[in-house]
Amino acid sequence: MTHGSHPPRVIGVEGLSRVEGEGSLRVEVHDGTVIDVALEIFEPPRYFEALLVGRHFTEAPDITARICGICPVAYQMSACAAMEDACGVTVDERVNRLRRLLYCGEWIQSHALHIYLLHAPDFLGCADAVELAQLDRGAVERGLQIKRTGNLVMETVGGRAVHPVNVRVGGFYRAPDPASVTALIEPLRRARDAALATVEWVAGFDFPDVTGDYRFVALRDGGRYAIEGGRPASSEGLDVSPVEFADLVVEEHVARSTALHARLGGHDPYLTGPLARYALNVGGLSPLAAEAAVRAGLGPVCTNPFRSIVVRAVELVFACEEALSLAESYEPPDPPAAAVTPRPGVGTGVTEAPRGLLFHQYEIDGSGTIRWARIVPPTSQNQLTIEADLRRVAQGALELGDDELQWRCEQSVRNHDPCISCAAHFLDVTVVPS
Amino acid sequence: MTGPTESAPHDGASSAPADPDRRPTLAVWKFASCDGCQLSLLDCEDELLSLADAVNIAHFTEMSRATVSGPYDVSLVEGSITTPADARRIKQIRESSRRLVTIGACATAGGIQGLRNFAASGEYARTVYAHPEYITSLDTSTAIAEHVDVDFELHGCPIDRLQLLEVITATLAGRRPVIAGHSVCQECKGRGTVCLLVSQGIACLGPVTRTGCGALCPTVGRGCFGCFGPAETTNTPSLAAQLRRQGMAPVEMSRLFRTFNASAPAFLEESVAQGGSLPVARGVAVHPDGPEEDS
Repeated sequence: MTHGSHPPRVIGVEGLSRVEGEGSLRVEVHDGTVIDVALEIFEPPRYFEALLVGRHFTEAPDITARICGICPVAYQMSACAAMEDACGVTVDERVNRLRRLLYCGEWIQSHALHIYLLHAPDFLGCADAVELAQLDRGAVERGLQIKRTGNLVMETVGGRAVHPVNVRVGGFYRAPDPASVTALIEPLRRARDAALATVEWVAGFDFPDVTGDYRFVALRDGGRYAIEGGRPASSEGLDVSPVEFADLVVEEHVARSTALHARLGGHDPYLTGPLARYALNVGGLSPLAAEAAVRAGLGPVCTNPFRSIVVRAVELVFACEEALSLAESYEPPDPPAAAVTPRPGVGTGVTEAPRGLLFHQYEIDGSGTIRWARIVPPTSQNQLTIEADLRRVAQGALELGDDELQWRCEQSVRNHDPCISCAAHFLDVTVVPS
Repeated sequence: MTGPTESAPHDGASSAPADPDRRPTLAVWKFASCDGCQLSLLDCEDELLSLADAVNIAHFTEMSRATVSGPYDVSLVEGSITTPADARRIKQIRESSRRLVTIGACATAGGIQGLRNFAASGEYARTVYAHPEYITSLDTSTAIAEHVDVDFELHGCPIDRLQLLEVITATLAGRRPVIAGHSVCQECKGRGTVCLLVSQGIACLGPVTRTGCGALCPTVGRGCFGCFGPAETTNTPSLAAQLRRQGMAPVEMSRLFRTFNASAPAFLEESVAQGGSLPVARGVAVHPDGPEEDS
């Protein structure tokens, strides 16, 4: 590296907080220019792709759920989709609707967690939600109420909020009885209203003026807002099948990370998650969510990463309304699961985890034994874009003192709700000035 | 375990302290894990703010960017030891903690990532990474109690949040947490759930698995798959014999015992008895009777 006579300014955070999992951040500045940024992921590797080899295909949903306690349903749904693809099985529409309801529960839980406990404290100058509650206890209680409703949906459909037990390849072990699903309607109405208040609340935050240059990738699902399936699409016109997408994504292993970095076609970084889903699915929003987006001042595309909290809140409204509609029209699938007979082959499953696209690919043999596995979580796909954001945000905020600049950099990372446990590795934030 | 008469870190801490400066301190630490057990603390939506009134949450990276240096009255530890650095870090945490409680299957039994304990050295890293030389990772995933003294182990994959609240309350009050150690099977009997193993021949680990989940799986017509690990007393050979009579192959039985609590002694022995590979010893001894839970 070439630089002037001054020592570099280095901003660093080891043990990045309010993210899921462990990582660090580092920004290095020479003579007024950010010359290096790194989102380092130190979360110890857990080798899921290796430990799945030799297991039975029916075990993949429960084993891969343990990759992430924040979004276990996403892992279960992508694993089921991949195994059903491998076995040539299509599930009943009522099973699909129940899966969508369960997945909405996870979106509600995860988005409420991120908005209220992990992200909003940054905008209000608080270290955490406990400090935020001293300023505005009502707001934090509203967030916890929404989160509780998401957990209630997961408990009712999945049997448990963290690592649900009722999901199996082909569908569910037992369809919830209609009375228990009807009992979700009132809490979901209250959560929807609280979600609308959330959009209004976060839309009033102060946002640094930053514009990202993003290649968005999200699923598209026949005009509705994609959650549990669809075709991978991009803001540059990509529209491919899940297996074609899996072939396009090339992961590289770099020294600073136990997460693999993903690029499209081996060269293009991209972004998945709420900003991408919104840009590619805005027409599929429910009426209340669409109105809330307009009132919050969101156009059809949002490229200010700090405003991702507003997009997440709009998705929260959507997930509540969608769950409400699914609960109101619930018909128990009978049987609750399709019969799935293993056959040799490869299957691919792609779904929208709360924080972005999650794809699984497996090869199984005729006995149903897994021969190899590939799991690409959202944070691996987003990591290069998160670093590009970090560079842009830091460059535009060099007038800040070290402490404030460090906080801004942390916030920049949290904009994308990284899940480092998912990426199997740890993230560390450090800013180095010169 | 120390006895229930052991003095509390702060006498009288169980009554809600009014003075914030005298609140006992709680720290939450993460090792190799999924975050689900510490999420259980944030999932206490009804209790979280009052808990934060009663205790000073001094270190909890997932929740706060503020941190208070130790020592801490109670440390909750999630995750297993899988790197040399983490093996050193847990010793420092032990030194700065008056009470250390492990939460979840990773911390108490090595977790699902403990399946590497049965594989050849380096095999897993070579499967996942193009450059295994970039990875600093042990060949084993081990429970916290294999590295330091642990005051209480709370089981589950994930833990139950109400059990977690009981453990925090009891530990701060200096009493032993009241956590049942009987089996899921007994829980089903109490609930009147019809036995899946007997009536439908569905493989179920309920007779040998610790309760705590509320016997969730049998209520949805699914056999227990052992999230909470072995119950306090087990007879795994008897269950294995029954499963064999029902036509279950040894390889399936070995898999059944070998998931999130694969290295818990009772499950480990039975999976080996069914032909599963032995754990590969790499300097970390596997004790057939398990490590002592406490000094």
